[in-house]
Amino acid sequence: MENSKKYLLLLTLLVSVFSIYNFTIYTSKSDYGTIHLSKKAINGENIWLKNNCNSCHQLYGLGGYLGPDLTNIYSTKGKGEVYIKAFIESGVKAMPKFDLSEKEKDDLVQFLKEADQTGYYPNIDANIKPNGWVSIKYKNQNYENK
Amino acid sequence: MKTNKYSFFFISVGLIALLLGLLCGLLAGFQYIIPDFIKEILPFTVLRPLHTLFVVSWILLGAIGGIYYYIENANQKLVKWHFGLFIITGIGISISYLSKNFEGKEYLEFPSYFYFPIALGWIIFGVNYFKTMLPNFKDWPVYYWMWATGIVFMIYHFTEAHLWILPYFRSNYIQNITMQWKAGGSYVGSWNMLVYGTSLFVMSKISNNESYAKSKKAFFFYLLGLTNLMFGWAHHIYIIPTAPWIRYFAYAISMTEWIVLISIIYDWKKSLSEQNKIDYSLAYKLMILADIWVFLNLFLALLLSIPSINLFTHGTHITVAHSMGTTIGINTLILLSSIAYILENENKFTFISEKRIRNGIKIFNLSFLFFWISMLIMGMKKAHWTFFKQSVSFSQFQDSLHWFYVVFVLFGLGILVGLYIIVFEFLKGIKKA
Ligand code: HEC
Ligand code: HEM
Repeated sequence: MENSKKYLLLLTLLVSVFSIYNFTIYTSKSDYGTIHLSKKAINGENIWLKNNCNSCHQLYGLGGYLGPDLTNIYSTKGKGEVYIKAFIESGVKAMPKFDLSEKEKDDLVQFLKEADQTGYYPNIDANIKPNGWVSIKYKNQNYENK
Repeated sequence: MKTNKYSFFFISVGLIALLLGLLCGLLAGFQYIIPDFIKEILPFTVLRPLHTLFVVSWILLGAIGGIYYYIENANQKLVKWHFGLFIITGIGISISYLSKNFEGKEYLEFPSYFYFPIALGWIIFGVNYFKTMLPNFKDWPVYYWMWATGIVFMIYHFTEAHLWILPYFRSNYIQNITMQWKAGGSYVGSWNMLVYGTSLFVMSKISNNESYAKSKKAFFFYLLGLTNLMFGWAHHIYIIPTAPWIRYFAYAISMTEWIVLISIIYDWKKSLSEQNKIDYSLAYKLMILADIWVFLNLFLALLLSIPSINLFTHGTHITVAHSMGTTIGINTLILLSSIAYILENENKFTFISEKRIRNGIKIFNLSFLFFWISMLIMGMKKAHWTFFKQSVSFSQFQDSLHWFYVVFVLFGLGILVGLYIIVFEFLKGIKKA
C-alpha cells in the first residue's frame, strides 16, 4: 500500500474514535452531576457574560486573574447575597462599578448561587494519589470513593 | 509579489495586530500595578479581550498569509474574499469590545453573530486549499497534511466553541464549562497544526532537504499531535466535578507528549555539530530560538498535565506562563521566522535592517525569559496563598505581590520594545517587496 493511503487509513481510524468520544461528551447525562441551572440563573449567566465579569474573576479557577475566584462566594461564611451586591454597586480597587437593575442583580446572584452548588473551588480537600492522580471532593456526586 | 499580494496583506495586518496586541497587554499589565489606571475608559474587561483578540489574530493571519504564499497557486479571488471577511469581522469585534458589548465566553467574548463570517472565512480557506493541493495528494509531505488538518479542525472546534448557546447544553453548567474548554484546547491545537506545519516547511526549505518531512517519523509525530489535539484538552478542567473517566483519559493521552520531548532532546543533540555549517540566516536564528522555547514550554505543559501538580498551578499565573509562553515563545517566533524566510527569499534585508533585527531579537529574548519566570513565581505565590494562607484576604495578597507585578510589566515592556523593532523592519521589508 502507498504511504499516503496508509496515513489516510490511520487518520480515518482516529477520527472514528474521536466521533464516538464526542458523541459521548455531548450526550452524556451522568458525567456532569445533577445540578441544572434555573431560568433565572441562566439570565444571570447572561449578565455575567455581558459585563465580562470573567475577565477579572474565575469560576473553577478559569478566567482572568486580576480579581478573586467566585465559585463558592455565595456559600462562604460572611459573604453571600448582600456582600455580592455591595461589590457590584460600589466597585473596589480595579473593579469598576456596575449599574445594574435590581432584577439583574438578583439574577446574577442566582447564577452564582447555583454555580456554587455544582462543586468546590479551590478543592482544598482533594486527595493526592501516588500515581499523580487527584480525587477531587464532590458536592453532589460520588464518583470516586474517598 | 504581484500574483500573491494578498499573502502580504495577511502578513502585514497580522504584524500590525501584534503591535496593537502588545500595547493592550502592557496597558492591562499596568492595571495590576495601579488598579485605578484608566479603569473607566479602558478597563481590564476591555483590555484583556482586546489583547487576546489581537495576539490571536496575529497568529492566525501570520500563519494563513504564509500558507497562501507557500502553496503558490491558490485562487486569488477566493483569497481576496477570505481577507475581506476577516478584516471586516476583526474591526467589528474590536468595535464591539471597545463599546463594552460582550456576549461570549473567554477569548470569544464577541456577540455570537460574528461566528458566521469567521466560520465562512475558514471554509473559503479550506475550499481553496483543497482545490489547490488535492491533485498532488499522493506526494504530500507532512506539512501539507498538517495544514489541511488544522483548517478542518479549526472549523469544527470553532463551531463546537459556540454550541453552549443551544438550549440543549445551556442548563448543565458543568457540561457547559467542560465543552467550552474542550473546544478551546482543541482550536488552539488546530492553529498549532498550521504553525508547526509552517515551521517544518521553513526548516525543509532552509536546509534544502525534504527527507524529514516525508519520513515515517514525521508522520508518527503528526498523528500523535493530532491525538493530543482531540483528546488531550482536559488539563484545563481537572478540577471541575465531571466524571473521572473524562479526566483520566486525558491524563493518559497527555503523557504521550513525553515522547515528543525525548525525541527533541535526542535530535537536538545530534544536530548540534551541524548547526554552524548552515548559513546563519535570520529565519534560521529565529527558528532555533523557537526550538529552545518549545523545549521549555513542553516541559512546563507536561508538568501541568499531571493532576497532582495541576491542582496547585491551576487558576494561577503559571497557566498564563503556559499560554503566553507558547503563543509568544513558540507561535510568534516560528511565524516571525516564516516571514523572515519569505522576505529573505524575495529581497534581502539591508545590512542595517538586519543588524537592527538582531538587536531586537536580543532585547526580546532576554526580556521574555524573565517575563516568563516572573509569571511562574507569581503563580507559585498564588498557589501557596490559595492552599495555605486563606486567612489573608485577596486584596492583602495582591498588595503583597505589588513588586512582582512591577517586574512583570517592566519585562513586558522589554518584549514590546524588542518586538516593535523587529516588526517595523519587517513591515519596511514588505513595503519594498
Ligand atoms: C476590572 C476587573 C473586575 C471586573 C470586571 C469585575 N470585578 Fe469583581 N473584583 C475585582 C477585584 C480586583 C476584586 C477584589 C477587590 C478587593 O477585595 O480589594 C473584586 C471583588 C469582587 C467580589 C468580592 C469577592 C470576595 O471574595 O470578597 C465580588 C462578589 C465581585 N467582585 C463580583 C463581580 C461581578 C459580579 C462582576 C461582574 C458584574 C465583577 N465582579 C467584575 C475586579 C473585577
Ligand atoms: C506576542 C506577545 C504576546 C502574546 C502572544 C500574548 C498572549 C496572551 C494570551 C494568550 C493571554 C491569555 C492568557 C490566559 O488566559 O491564560 C494573555 C494574557 C495576558 N497578557 Fe499577554 N501576550 C503577549 C504579550 C504580552 C505583554 C508584552 C504583556 C505586558 C505585560 C502582556 C500582558 C498580559 C496580561 C496582563 C494578561 C492577562 C492575564 C490575566 O488574566 O491576569 N502580554 N496574553
